[in-house]
Amino acid sequence: MIRFGSTLQNYWDWRAAGNFIFGGTGSGLLILATLMSWPGPLEPAAGLPAVVLIGLGLFLVWLEIGRPWRFLHVFFHPQTSWMTREGSVAVLLLPLALLAIVFAQGWLLALTGVLAIAFLYCQARILQASKGIPAWREPAVVPLIVISGLTEGTALLFLISAVAGQPQSWTEPLLVILLAARGYAWVRYRAALTAAEAPAEALAALGRFNPLLLGGGNVLPLVLALAATALPTQQLPLMFSAALLALAGGWLSKFVIIRKAAHLQGYAVGRLRRGRPQIRPPVRRKPDRFVS
Amino acid sequence: MTRWVMVADLNRCVGCQTCTAACKHTNATLPQVQWRKVIDIEWGSYPDAHRLFMPVGCQHCADPPCMSVCPSTATGQREDGIVTIDYDLCIGCGYCMVACPYQARYKVTRPHFAYGDEPMPSEAVRFDEGRMGVAQKCTFCSDRVDEGLARGLTPGIDPEATPGCVNACIADALSFGDIEDENSNVSRLLEEKTWFQMHGELETETGFYYLWDGGKQEE
Repeated sequence: MIRFGSTLQNYWDWRAAGNFIFGGTGSGLLILATLMSWPGPLEPAAGLPAVVLIGLGLFLVWLEIGRPWRFLHVFFHPQTSWMTREGSVAVLLLPLALLAIVFAQGWLLALTGVLAIAFLYCQARILQASKGIPAWREPAVVPLIVISGLTEGTALLFLISAVAGQPQSWTEPLLVILLAARGYAWVRYRAALTAAEAPAEALAALGRFNPLLLGGGNVLPLVLALAATALPTQQLPLMFSAALLALAGGWLSKFVIIRKAAHLQGYAVGRLRRGRPQIRPPVRRKPDRFVS
Repeated sequence: MTRWVMVADLNRCVGCQTCTAACKHTNATLPQVQWRKVIDIEWGSYPDAHRLFMPVGCQHCADPPCMSVCPSTATGQREDGIVTIDYDLCIGCGYCMVACPYQARYKVTRPHFAYGDEPMPSEAVRFDEGRMGVAQKCTFCSDRVDEGLARGLTPGIDPEATPGCVNACIADALSFGDIEDENSNVSRLLEEKTWFQMHGELETETGFYYLWDGGKQEE
């Protein structure tokens, strides 16, 4: 097959990346915060930053759209659009999280946690549905984004609790597990892209950042977190460093996936065939509203 | 049922970009927008070097990824397979642009005209503010098709009912017609020649077919 013309997409810039970065961390933090706060109310020191992060991500998307005052149209297509689903979940999630901070209701907290999981999952599926970008449509991107959101949320929760003088010790083993899982998801993602013959430029971009992302963003914080359990006297600074690196690693990986490895499918000469084609009817035969 | 498709004969295309110019003229697209364009492909190296010209644009897929991702339902699909954009619904999120595997969509937030920021009189007359900040792409000249049909004409045969790019092609490389009709011009071409669809592995089932003999004509 002859392939050519794969260039880096410029349709979604740093603002879109910001939604995946802040939204992922925010929803991850909210999931962890609901677990920490059970049976309620939601701990405001974790809940409020999570709400702000998710809101900031959505605000960045709003800044990117070409017709910002039509933003309500984003809710029109829940049948198939993961963007509509993300927006719809966010509309429920943000007020519910605020209510969960005020009212000590188990069901409210549980619903907030479930919606935060749904939000994170929607973000991952938004990328996977982008068929024009091989590095996004790869199914292995879904676990990577979800695990990364959880890792970032855990890291941020530890940082917040440590700064508040009450480090949550249960986050330490969880961070170790999540860092190992994220490292594996990253390696698996890259291998899947190579197997799928993603554009060489995208693979090269991921390769360039690999030492920083896998080494600096996963292996090093994993070693630091393990060292923290072995060295009780240095536990706090080691865990603090591990959490910071885990957070930065997640943010950088999303920036790289969305802004550096997002090469378009390009054009191709396909496999030659002979004979009358099998005709597939259009999936949705929707009349054109402008034609009588 | 009718399913409009386009057929591009790569053995005939000379890369003159007349279709590109005709499309721009017909649809009054801005200079940074090309609903139809011809890609110049070179591969191999001397003495085994090859060159090919490939007209590209919206492939009017049967299962368009742009439509399923669109959050506003601005991207739709007609009964005859033509993929449409409702400029009044589109929010310009660009999701369809990253979902399209054919790089067929454009979004212009700030217009640039042929000679800078100010339009020439001819550009000013046809400038469409409704296309600003939203996704846009090839329509298969659906207005011409519909108007032609209303007048009893046959798209792909009668020029008044045929997309501008097809009418303009100097090499007769582009054809337009109803693939559901076994006797149509496009059906006959696909019956007689070898063809391919771009990115068939993505199962979008394009409404755009390329005729090619695999380079035999060069030999």
